Amino acid sequence: MSKIKKIEARGVPVVGNDIDTDRIIPARYLKEITFSKMGDYPFYDERFTPEGKKKDHSFNKPEYQGAGILVANSNFGCGSSREHAPQSLVRWGIRAIVAESYAEIFAGNCVMLGTPAVVASKDDVAAIQKWVAANPEAQLVLDLEAMILKVGDHSYKITMPETRRNALLEGTWDSTSLLLANKDKIEAIAASLPYMAWTQD
Amino acid sequence: MAKNTLYNKVWDAHSVATLPTGQTQLFIGLHMVHEVTSPQAFDMVREKGLKVMYPERTFATMDHIVPTRSQKRPFLDPQAEAMMQAIERNTEEFGVTFLNFETGKQGVVHIIGPELGLTQPGMTIACGDSHTSTHGAFGTLAFGIGTSQVRDVLATQCLAMDPMKVRRIEVNGTLRPGVTPKDVILYIINRLGVKGGIGFAYEYAGDAFDSMTMEGRMTVCNMSIEGGARAGYVNPDDTTFEYLKGRDHSPKGEEWDKAVEKWRSLASGPEAEYDEVVRYNAEDIQPMVTWGITPGQSIGIHQTLPRPEDYDDSGERQSIELAYKHMKLKPGQRPDEIKIDVAFIGSCTNGRIEDLRAAAAVVAQGIKAGKKVAPGVTAFVVPGSMQVRKQAMEEGLHTIFQDAGFEWRGAGCSMCLAMNPDQLKGDQISASSSNRNFIGRQGSPSGRTLLMSPAMVAAAALTGKVTDVRQFPAA
Ligand code: SF4
Repeated sequence: MSKIKKIEARGVPVVGNDIDTDRIIPARYLKEITFSKMGDYPFYDERFTPEGKKKDHSFNKPEYQGAGILVANSNFGCGSSREHAPQSLVRWGIRAIVAESYAEIFAGNCVMLGTPAVVASKDDVAAIQKWVAANPEAQLVLDLEAMILKVGDHSYKITMPETRRNALLEGTWDSTSLLLANKDKIEAIAASLPYMAWTQD
Repeated sequence: MAKNTLYNKVWDAHSVATLPTGQTQLFIGLHMVHEVTSPQAFDMVREKGLKVMYPERTFATMDHIVPTRSQKRPFLDPQAEAMMQAIERNTEEFGVTFLNFETGKQGVVHIIGPELGLTQPGMTIACGDSHTSTHGAFGTLAFGIGTSQVRDVLATQCLAMDPMKVRRIEVNGTLRPGVTPKDVILYIINRLGVKGGIGFAYEYAGDAFDSMTMEGRMTVCNMSIEGGARAGYVNPDDTTFEYLKGRDHSPKGEEWDKAVEKWRSLASGPEAEYDEVVRYNAEDIQPMVTWGITPGQSIGIHQTLPRPEDYDDSGERQSIELAYKHMKLKPGQRPDEIKIDVAFIGSCTNGRIEDLRAAAAVVAQGIKAGKKVAPGVTAFVVPGSMQVRKQAMEEGLHTIFQDAGFEWRGAGCSMCLAMNPDQLKGDQISASSSNRNFIGRQGSPSGRTLLMSPAMVAAAALTGKVTDVRQFPAA
């Protein structure tokens, strides 16, 4: 697992509160049994009419193609637990997200993919979105060690739960091996739980 | 920090270790699996050369993608059929019990867990589905997870978790006639907001929950996630034990007595401390209906649609303006001015037998008054599981629905998320007993959803518009 300390990329704003995972990826794309094509679908119904014509959405704009840092507002990723949502963003090219707040399952899913989902204040997010819209070609620098997002001449303070930050910094965000390392302890807990012994028929 | 609550007791009993990241390694007592969020997880387990660590604690079914009209295999939709074959292959290869049509126990994952007695007080439960919070009705700690976490639970029976805070939500007093558990949770979400529960487990308590049936408690816990709370629970009591007694997987004989004793000891007692406590009066709650694009955008049936100017927060106002644009509704409108095209009764929120009984009672009243499903309205009932369906048919509920012009379907998620043929078309508007009114949720990008109780959906089907269910008083 690679250690994730610093991400440099161009920004892309997606404005609005309570953008749920159905909006990030409509359920019909969950019918695929692999994640491989998810990068084609983020915000699909907000980007295209039913006839396939492009709508006005930042993910469609030429200046944001190749952007890597998504700047969103509050309660981003609420609703369904579908990992297809962060998968679609990551496979489109997003490597980090900055927002006012997240739904918890979504933020957890991001970390499992090695994608920092960091929080900035409401005013800062508004300022960053505005700046990115005016300077789409400029690189933002997300520094997970200093917990700072550099945007032009400004440095904004960012936060994220310490445990998730540690997982990214230490490269242990793919948690399976961490969990497996405690196999003996898993067995001990299993043995201590009364319901594990009840007859199942 | 909460202390001595059910949350604390269950969390501590399942804590395996503190991970180097500082997270808690939490043992998962029951893992429910469905066809949509599991194929990639099984692939990842395979790629890592691992096995399912506790296949006997893992139960799979199919619900999201199954058609509800004809459930004959192969399914007509080749993608749905491929997904079915994937779960068949995966459960077979990894030795996981698969509750498919042949077992007679297939159904929405959160309906069958409790129904089969798999869900038991004091357990930790995970499923690759956000409405796993439903199982909290039994005094469990149950939460939805993403696919990479499904992989972790398959391979290690554990999750890397951060602790939660606990907010106790008391509803005291007596619910008014016609007010259902669905109205209670819509009211709570309206009060606390769709992100109010972030970081919290919700403990539901007070008179209203003490006297609520298990099915009602499941409806409430189900929608905890719509309030931002990843988990919600009710402390186990005699109502819980009565529900569980004699179910397929419930403990039996001497084990039953021991289990009840253990379960009783888990409830938050008078010594419990909470991060927060909020209290509401049951009498203040009216039948509720959502009018917008989040489950928090709701009003009592006697109220009128809110005015954006009344919100001082700019983000909130923006969200409300987007809601009006999408819903094609106007501030100040009365709910009974909203006509519907589709009436959907079902889902893991309201697809259980009591929900169908409540809806059928309204329909029966309507039939007596010479009413049928209103012209132009498509109405259908989708039981949450094969067992619910069977029970309803034994009680003759299906004929009441069918006589009034409702379609009677097979079990599945159906139009709750429309990953199957049950979808809104164009900008159709549905009265729905499900849990999400997000833009596009019911299959059409411009489709519109009004969430309400199953009895309210039945009333709306009969009149063709949003209707106060109290116009159809139960006999
Ligand atoms: S009924 Fe709806 S909310 Fe429940 S599991 Fe199925 S799709 Fe999800």
